[in-house]
Amino acid sequence: MENNNALYVALSLVLNLDATLYQIVTLSLQVSLLAVLIAAVIGFPLGAAVALWRFPGRGGVIIALNAMMGLPPVVAGLTVYLLLSRAGPLGEWGLLFTPSAMVIAQVVLVLPILAALSRQKVEELLGEYREQFISLNMSRRRMMPTLLWDARFALLTVLLAGFGRASAEVGAVMMVGGNIEGVTRVMTTAIVLETSKGDLPLALGLGIVLLTLVMLVNAGAYVVGELTRRRMG
Amino acid sequence: MNKTLKLVFAVITTTGLTFSAAAEDYITLASTTSTENSGLFNSILPLFEDATDIQVRVVAVGTGQAFEIARRGDADSLLVHDTAGEQRFIDNGYATERADVMYNDFVLIGPANDPANIRSAQNVAEALAAIAEVKAPFASRGDDSGTNRAELRLWQNAGVEPDGDWYRELGSGMGPTLNTAAAMDAYVMSDRATWVAFKNRQNLTLLFEGDEVLFNQYGSLLLSEEKHPHLKHDLAKQWHNWLISDDGQQAIANFKVNGQQLFFPNAK
Repeated sequence: MENNNALYVALSLVLNLDATLYQIVTLSLQVSLLAVLIAAVIGFPLGAAVALWRFPGRGGVIIALNAMMGLPPVVAGLTVYLLLSRAGPLGEWGLLFTPSAMVIAQVVLVLPILAALSRQKVEELLGEYREQFISLNMSRRRMMPTLLWDARFALLTVLLAGFGRASAEVGAVMMVGGNIEGVTRVMTTAIVLETSKGDLPLALGLGIVLLTLVMLVNAGAYVVGELTRRRMG
Repeated sequence: MNKTLKLVFAVITTTGLTFSAAAEDYITLASTTSTENSGLFNSILPLFEDATDIQVRVVAVGTGQAFEIARRGDADSLLVHDTAGEQRFIDNGYATERADVMYNDFVLIGPANDPANIRSAQNVAEALAAIAEVKAPFASRGDDSGTNRAELRLWQNAGVEPDGDWYRELGSGMGPTLNTAAAMDAYVMSDRATWVAFKNRQNLTLLFEGDEVLFNQYGSLLLSEEKHPHLKHDLAKQWHNWLISDDGQQAIANFKVNGQQLFFPNAK
């Protein structure tokens, strides 16, 4: 069989359990999942807080969060690069060109998505629950966990949107990770590298592997969501 | 809920373990795409790592960006190909020592039908003048890389101002520039290493080579301990010295793609 066919390349990469590929895939998943997790821990309460409290400049915060959803990855990368560079304010940490730097850059990218979308979901739910909360004389701080928990299925979708953004971007991780073989090379930066070598079938093959992975993560989330929903009735 | 928490902890611990697993000695080397893309590092780094137990982490970028990374103190060592720029880097106090390591050469690539007929040019100046004369599309890196800087010097020597629709500054690396040139049947100057290892050639072919001014010298630099005391100067020095040692020079000479030697060691 001819080996310049992308699907064939993708299949043989996976079937041969290529060690380099395995390492790249693992790192991609670790970096993006950890970034989404950190972003969720900060972003969901932040979104819920903006939905619940009324304060001056709230409109501005909402517009800023929504706008930041479109932050170009390469700008996020450049900002984090300048922060973490030895000549920058956090240079002492020595994090540039490490996976940690990549996680930080992806948190910057994913956080606005999780905060902005969870703000919207929580606000919708608050509309439904308001009367009940008032009758129970509940404080805003007590409302937050209830709202977040009851919005969990919607938030799962928000989480997946964030994961999609993290695993698909290349500009930020390329800049702060440096695409170092065996250390900071992830799926997207490997695809850029193979494209620049003119090995288009391998680049596309890696793309197919990445797409399959993202699909598996989404399928997993869907199944978990459906099972819990059913059990909850 | 418990299961979710367990999963979260599992992810965090495995991530932490992997991230800290690389605790051995390593240096970060800022270098150019030509050395990485051709496969040179994959061939010589294992030998150095075996000999010294020092891992070399390569960040492969354009020469301009490599200088910038080193200037900011984000790399321990620098291997680039812009002798004039390297000398300026030393003059500005960012590096203390420079050594010739190896050379390869630039070649002119273009569509097989060669509309400017540069195949019969006597030297590279004549070839470039011919391209400008017929206004054949020429793809330039336009990214302040070592190759880009060399190309601009060659136009200057040829007495031609590269200007107009036919001269396309792409602002990208050597590989992407070759991809674009292949797609628009343009002339392009490439380092031989990237060209020989390049796979998406389509209608492009090597048209002109051999002029002495196409010589492309690589130099290794020792960075300033004064400007950046936090860098791993001792390890970087071992790498620098290995590159110009007999072992290092032999390793470079032994690297071949399709049976062709791409880099010629010439340390003094």
